[in-house]
Amino acid sequence: MPHSISSQDSAVNRNDDEILPDAPPAETVSQNQEPSASENEASGVKLEDLFNDDDDDEYPASSATDTKNVDFSAPEPAAAPGPQVDTETMLAFYQRLFPFRYLFQWLNHGIVPSPDFGNREFALTLQNDAYLRYQSYATADLFRKDILRMNPSRFEIGPVYNTNPRDRKTLRGGQMKPISKELVFDIDLTDYDDIRSCCTKANICGKCWAFVTMAMKVVDTALREDFGFQHILWVYSGRRGAHAWVCDPRARSLPDDRRRAIAGYLDVVRGGNSSGKRINLKRPLHPHMSRSLDILKPYFAQTTLVDQDTFVGFEQAQRLLSLLPDKNLNESLRKKWESAPDRTSASKWADIDALAKTGKSSTLNPTTLRDAKQDIVLEYTYPRLDSEVSKKMIHLLKSPFVIHPGTGRICVPIDPRKAELFDPLSVPTVTELLAEIDAWDAEHPPTNAGAEAADGEGSVPESDARGSRRLQDYEKTSLKPYIDYFRSFIAALLKEDRTPKRERNEDAPEVKSESMEF
Amino acid sequence: MIRQDFHRVDPKRRATLDHKKKQFAAPTFKQQDYPHRLNFYEIPPTEEITLEQFEQWAIDRLKILAEIEACSYRNKSPAETEAHIAPLLQKFLPLSANTSSSNGAADQRLKNERQKDHYSHFILRLAFSATEELRRRFARAETMLFRFRFQRDDTREKRAFVESLNLDWEPVDDGERQQISEHLLGATPGLRRVDEETWYKVDWEKVPELVERRTVFLSKGKAYVPGREQVSMIIAEFTARLERALELTSRALPRLDEDDRLTPILNHMSKNFGSAESVYSEGEGFVDGAPITANNIDRLSQHFPLCMRSLHMNLRKNNHLKHYGRLQYTLFLKGIGLSLEECIVFWRQGFKGFTDDEFNSRYKYNIRHAYGDVGGDQNRRGRGYPPYSCQKILNDSNPGVGQSHGCPYRHFSVDNLVGLLQSTGVNDRDVLRGVREDVEKTRFHIACNRVFEWSHKADIKRVKEDGTWNQTDLDTIVHPNTYFKRSYLLKQMGKPPTNT
Repeated sequence: MPHSISSQDSAVNRNDDEILPDAPPAETVSQNQEPSASENEASGVKLEDLFNDDDDDEYPASSATDTKNVDFSAPEPAAAPGPQVDTETMLAFYQRLFPFRYLFQWLNHGIVPSPDFGNREFALTLQNDAYLRYQSYATADLFRKDILRMNPSRFEIGPVYNTNPRDRKTLRGGQMKPISKELVFDIDLTDYDDIRSCCTKANICGKCWAFVTMAMKVVDTALREDFGFQHILWVYSGRRGAHAWVCDPRARSLPDDRRRAIAGYLDVVRGGNSSGKRINLKRPLHPHMSRSLDILKPYFAQTTLVDQDTFVGFEQAQRLLSLLPDKNLNESLRKKWESAPDRTSASKWADIDALAKTGKSSTLNPTTLRDAKQDIVLEYTYPRLDSEVSKKMIHLLKSPFVIHPGTGRICVPIDPRKAELFDPLSVPTVTELLAEIDAWDAEHPPTNAGAEAADGEGSVPESDARGSRRLQDYEKTSLKPYIDYFRSFIAALLKEDRTPKRERNEDAPEVKSESMEF
Repeated sequence: MIRQDFHRVDPKRRATLDHKKKQFAAPTFKQQDYPHRLNFYEIPPTEEITLEQFEQWAIDRLKILAEIEACSYRNKSPAETEAHIAPLLQKFLPLSANTSSSNGAADQRLKNERQKDHYSHFILRLAFSATEELRRRFARAETMLFRFRFQRDDTREKRAFVESLNLDWEPVDDGERQQISEHLLGATPGLRRVDEETWYKVDWEKVPELVERRTVFLSKGKAYVPGREQVSMIIAEFTARLERALELTSRALPRLDEDDRLTPILNHMSKNFGSAESVYSEGEGFVDGAPITANNIDRLSQHFPLCMRSLHMNLRKNNHLKHYGRLQYTLFLKGIGLSLEECIVFWRQGFKGFTDDEFNSRYKYNIRHAYGDVGGDQNRRGRGYPPYSCQKILNDSNPGVGQSHGCPYRHFSVDNLVGLLQSTGVNDRDVLRGVREDVEKTRFHIACNRVFEWSHKADIKRVKEDGTWNQTDLDTIVHPNTYFKRSYLLKQMGKPPTNT
């Protein structure tokens, strides 16, 4: 079944074939299947915008919706280096830098290709915005080859199915079922728009990134301490958010209702625009809440009161008052603030206690006030999760290490232990990385240029004939620390997944590289 | 087939594997003597019963389950459901406690009751395991029935029953309990002293309800559950086992295919498990002759229920609605008979400040999808989704920050709700007070109906008096489209709604 997609990318194909001349024959078969698999690409339709349908497994990825809205909304922030990453750059990135093999090991939970990887759904967004769902690959090689051929602007990861997703048409309806996927969480700064004053829409700065940092702290702690998960991969979403992938075997096999339970457990800020006070917690506080409150208090003092200066404006001050319980106190606060319109948030926050102590209000109950203040701290700092993403196993989420097409930044992992050191604006962009490779190559001229010019696969390390290990392209760039972190994450994960008889997780990459020799 | 034969074991050595032999030759089952009133339905029945019994018992149980489902669709609270079900249970499916008889569990009457309960459950399993949808509904109704009976059981029997289940709950010892007592107090609402309860440590997956409501202490993947929450755990266990068993039954079902005595009965029953969920049939919300076009929506919106009016007002205010808001409103508009073309016009006009390109690429597809104009085969055949019922709107996830879908009675704070009502012209103090009370008791549909009755007071009185509308035409509204239709017709002419 010939189709526009394959012919469009034929130039790419040729290029790719030169690199991997001995592609397995299976590849041709899968290539032919793809166009037919994508019902909607002809109309250029975005499946992620589809409606939810209970008995249809084509569930939309709401995370994708978010990122897509970014692409359309507002002009690019000035900070973004290249608004649109062109196809050549994208392809060079996949060829030289993308860590296909580690991604494979991460999803495969082992070295030998298993159904964990083979039956895993990938969804590709092509350069023409067509959206291909139900792609799957038996091995890391086939995966890499197909990505190079299609050169998608990004791709997403779905669940592992009980059968190969490519075969779904041959099955009777409803036979294909998702059986496992990482438990995922999505934090996005757009959900904070009503309480961040520094930026709006797609823009971010160091000040508002603090919201993501505190959210990561709270969620990460809860997942580790309360639920006992250990393998949590945090990934920068490329623009203004972060994703969490909980990879513990126990988390991967959770059915939807258990996922919903976790999402509900973590979801505290509820209610839309008209719901009034969004946080109403019972006292005494649940241990998770009191612990989160302890984590969040310093952030409230710094981010909300100083950096954002949230309550400085009239409307936000009004809202603050509406959250306080005592009418008399509110009245005196209102008077005080009206007389000094430029009073900072920190002073206003201090005023609450100061005025309460002077005892102007006889009806004031100190405990109610304390509780209300706690609720306010939480409302302004507690993580706002897009909980729909976490509730369903079949939700797709953007893969780590792909490029955000709008900013050109790589979706790099974030080490939660050093979350506050992470600066989204210093995450390398694809153009920077490619320039770094060139700079490195210029500094270290190859000894026998002829031999090495021929192969350029980024993620496949090769031992050359002389036995010394040639540096991989990513090691020449600032992407290295991120990939190293990803490797150590995978190593820890594999250690747990593996049966005790096999104990070679450290040298695993080298072993693999030989078997992958082209 | 032929290839399977190749793998066959020598028939003589297969004796222990053959299911028939296993079933009849050396019975591993034992005749159940039903020591407890409740039953986890682990062991299938093996005794012979007559076809009449087969049918009658199943029908009796079916009546109960259908009523339970109906109650849940009408948003009845557990207490109301209980009151409604209790007499029916007594009539169709009595199940008495051991204490009700001087002989205890040995009494023949109790045995018969329990046998009927046991057998009818398994017959319905056969009838309702065929499709995913039926399995889900059956499991839900059975769970509710079980919960209902479990809560009514007396304490001693309950304990004996729970002990007989052999669930692996690890008791928390005193030392550990002291250590974490502060956390336990914080996590468990309504608890005064930690040592007044026995605590169990279980995997958190066993108590998803408690986790979701954040009413249990979690540490390292273990949930610390007080003894009184065992209901939740047992029910979760019941549902899990039932779902697994139904799955297995569905795989075994093809073996029944050649049976011409049972299959017709079973098929008949699964068809008659009246799906109250689909009470809304296509076209039901349509009003003949009503001019329903994009330009008329503003005028018609006075007939919309509050959820849709609030969406409409939000749309007009912000010139935008978020995804779920659009979905809820689009489906409603579809339900009142707005055509796809008009609907696209309506949204295009509503989204001021977007260019045609933006609108077409971001929103148009969704609208067409809701109408079943695009999408997979399944979606097209079903002509998109049905308009949301109150049930669906109430139970679906809460609106998040910036979203405006959902039911105002449920998802708004009371003050904002009252504000919204007043802005739509509901200012009668008695009505508002009634609404506040209803919302407090989480009877959202009653609040909505109260507002409806108030705002159509005169018309309702008129049609009642001249007898053009009978009582069923004025039944409680449980669907936004019914609200619109009734409101529109009442204001127009008081024509009974059945004649479309």
